[in-house]
Amino acid sequence: MKMLDTLPLLAEAVTSSAEAARLSPIALLTIFMLAIFVGVEVITKIPPTLHTPLMSGSNAISGITIIGAILAAGQGDSLFMKLLGSVAIAFAMINVVGGFLVTHRMLGMFIKKK
Amino acid sequence: MSPALTDLAYLIASVLFIVGLKGLSHPRTAVRGNFYGAVGMLIAMLATMFSVGLDFTWIVVGILAGTGVGIWFAVKTPMTGMPQMVALLNGFGGGSSLLVAGVEVTLNPQNELGLIATAASGLIGAVTFSGSLVAYAKLEELKIARDLRLPGQQVINGALLALCLALSAWLFTQPQMTILYWLIVVVALVLGYFLVISIGGADMPVVVSLLNSYSGMAAAATGFVLNNNVLIICGALVGASGIILTRVMCVAMNRSLANVLFGSGAGGGTSASKEEVDAVYASVKSTTSEEVAMLLDVASRVVIIPGYGMAVSQAQHAVSDLTEALLERKISVEFGIHPVAGRMPGHMNVLLAEADIAYEMLKDMDQINATMEQCDVAIVLGANDVVNPLARQATNSPIAGMPIIDVDKARTVIIIKRSLSPGFAGIPNPLFAAPNSLMLYGDGRQAVVEILNALQNG
Repeated sequence: MKMLDTLPLLAEAVTSSAEAARLSPIALLTIFMLAIFVGVEVITKIPPTLHTPLMSGSNAISGITIIGAILAAGQGDSLFMKLLGSVAIAFAMINVVGGFLVTHRMLGMFIKKK
Repeated sequence: MSPALTDLAYLIASVLFIVGLKGLSHPRTAVRGNFYGAVGMLIAMLATMFSVGLDFTWIVVGILAGTGVGIWFAVKTPMTGMPQMVALLNGFGGGSSLLVAGVEVTLNPQNELGLIATAASGLIGAVTFSGSLVAYAKLEELKIARDLRLPGQQVINGALLALCLALSAWLFTQPQMTILYWLIVVVALVLGYFLVISIGGADMPVVVSLLNSYSGMAAAATGFVLNNNVLIICGALVGASGIILTRVMCVAMNRSLANVLFGSGAGGGTSASKEEVDAVYASVKSTTSEEVAMLLDVASRVVIIPGYGMAVSQAQHAVSDLTEALLERKISVEFGIHPVAGRMPGHMNVLLAEADIAYEMLKDMDQINATMEQCDVAIVLGANDVVNPLARQATNSPIAGMPIIDVDKARTVIIIKRSLSPGFAGIPNPLFAAPNSLMLYGDGRQAVVEILNALQNG
């Protein structure tokens, strides 16, 4: 239990230097570039057999746009803005939930039954 | 919750997404990988919800509505409807991106990078949204999505894109005129429609993969707008994935992406006249299921080449039964899966997996071609263009140069087809008339069942 108690403090200490920092455009670009390299490395190792679940799975991950939708919906001042944000969340959630479920259904068939 | 803790949660989520995708590289770890991705998504969502004092009501309403619809879509779709479902879900993601950027540009003043990213998000998100809806309709074979090729199509598309860019430049100089953003969205929606409506149904897998990549890019653009790590990382992963798969498919068809998107499509080129078709098919021989059973009975190596026809007739379970019967007789069975067989890459694999066929029996094109000459009986089930020898010649046929499965090198070839009608490419297939080929006319599933019965009773 003591270990778990210290974790938030540890996180705070490690990341306190990044306290509410807005990353510079260059930093964002760096992260973007590195992520592309990681993506290419991981994806090219996926065999053709699993390309359909890959398309479905990466589609589900693209639902990460829900993060932006949550931020947008919460900030809305007018009713119209709040509604727009809510619709954005709903759309992204369809993408996420539908995507992971569909991928799961496809992958479930690759488990050997025997 | 402090911003630092939120960023830590985002980091954990990003790691889970990457590890999850890595899990997709083998059937053993794939289900787990998908689960990790879902957990990562949950962590990212929770971290965001608790990060700032946000009005929860609208958020929860949106989440519940989206979850309900998402579950309904996922559960109600048959396996054969998966490609169009992926397209539809992708469209919703793009729609979300454009709405988010719209809200952001209205509420918060943006710096230069933010404005560029906002316009990009709107443009890409809208093209993805309308394009994906068209792709869905085409794959579902809805009448409203019939191919539409206007004269000067590409000029129209170019003009629409130029208009979007002009509006974006205007928005850049006048950031307070948010109406410009919504104009960009409207024009981009039209552009998305026109871009996809002119592409033939057979090329939809490439389009779906490309649109998938676009929705990733839209997410990344939103990440630049919101200064958010996890959006950028996920956007890059998905964007890369989509582009790589698109390239794999184009290489498999031996057509450039430009040709797929802007060319006359697979149905173009010279289509054969009736006399030419009759000449090709003059020496076609047909057979019966009993005869096929006899051939199988004395064979030691059998290869099955499935195609879209197997999906249409839902023959995969019958194929599985036949495979079991053959394996019991100590006959080796392998499946040759062409990269663009079916409606999506790996489509055949999913169907065969659904029918409990061990994935070690599924060989890709190069593997199966290497041993085709030692194959006694090759059964072509609902595949056409991917086994058409015309592709080996560098003529102006629509499939010229496309790598194919060398089924004609097997000792005997059985083609199960309803008739001699052409495949997506619209050209005749000399394989049907080859000396070692036999046509078994009929519905895929029915034919396989009859062969199995004849085999077990013979």
